[in-house]
Amino acid sequence: MPEDNLSVNKHEDLVIKIICRILIPFIQLFALYTIAHGHSSAGGGFQGGAIFGASFILLGIAYGKDVVLKKVSELVNTLFNSLGVMLYVLAGLIGIFFGGKFLQYDIIPLVSPQFASKMLIDVIEFGIGLTVASIMITIFKELYVD
Amino acid sequence: MAIAAIATDDLLNSVIFLSTYSLIMALTWVEMNSIDVGFTEASVGAGISTVLFISTLARTKRKIAKNPVSWLPIIVVIATAVLMLYPVLDMPKFGDSNAPINKHVVSRYITKSKEETGVTNIVTSIIIAYRGYDTLGETTVIFTAGTAVVLLLRSLKNAGR
Repeated sequence: MPEDNLSVNKHEDLVIKIICRILIPFIQLFALYTIAHGHSSAGGGFQGGAIFGASFILLGIAYGKDVVLKKVSELVNTLFNSLGVMLYVLAGLIGIFFGGKFLQYDIIPLVSPQFASKMLIDVIEFGIGLTVASIMITIFKELYVD
Repeated sequence: MAIAAIATDDLLNSVIFLSTYSLIMALTWVEMNSIDVGFTEASVGAGISTVLFISTLARTKRKIAKNPVSWLPIIVVIATAVLMLYPVLDMPKFGDSNAPINKHVVSRYITKSKEETGVTNIVTSIIIAYRGYDTLGETTVIFTAGTAVVLLLRSLKNAGR
């Protein structure tokens, strides 16, 4: 490897490893909170998904790509890539199923129109978050070289 | 900051400049009370894209060759900037309640989004309920980007680089 390449370390820095081990659960918790709480505070699927993907990228930088490959297998990742978009489209199709329009949420006979729409918005946020996080991990796995 | 990112000949410096630029933009968005946008800018612009840039740099060369300064692109860029900044003079003041943009659908979003969509965050109600198609498109764009990266880089790998 030529010298002016950014040769990343050999994953033996103890400080970085310990700090990552402490931080990553909190980052993931915050990401899930951002996705789940997107309907009533700032944030949502895109932001939460990006943070969730970033936690795995941090893991990959600190411990090496193999650890990420072990945690998120190729099959799961490929599946989740499209599952998020599918979740979105299915949530949109529910509206048609109950006689409304595509992506019409308040027609579903749940407790109240507001409740139905809120639930579906949450489902869609989760779908967006799934897609974004999974795509971030995919791009990182393809790009990053140890 | 953006000019510094272009002017330096070390690409790692330029990535760091761009990251700082994103962070300042995020603070600006928060200052303008659009917290959702600031949140996105901080997590995606300053966080993820920096890491992805650096991963890309690790695969290629870090330095770029010194090119002689060519004036034509600079003149075109400055002319475009002037053309784009000229209409800004005619824009209504920031936060003006009589501006055309605040008179059309915004009042319905602000007064009715809670009872129509059941969520308290107006931004969420707009991007997912009122503008659901657009967000579906955005999600598909991200999906397509990931698929494109996989296709390009895997085919490079299979061809033995």
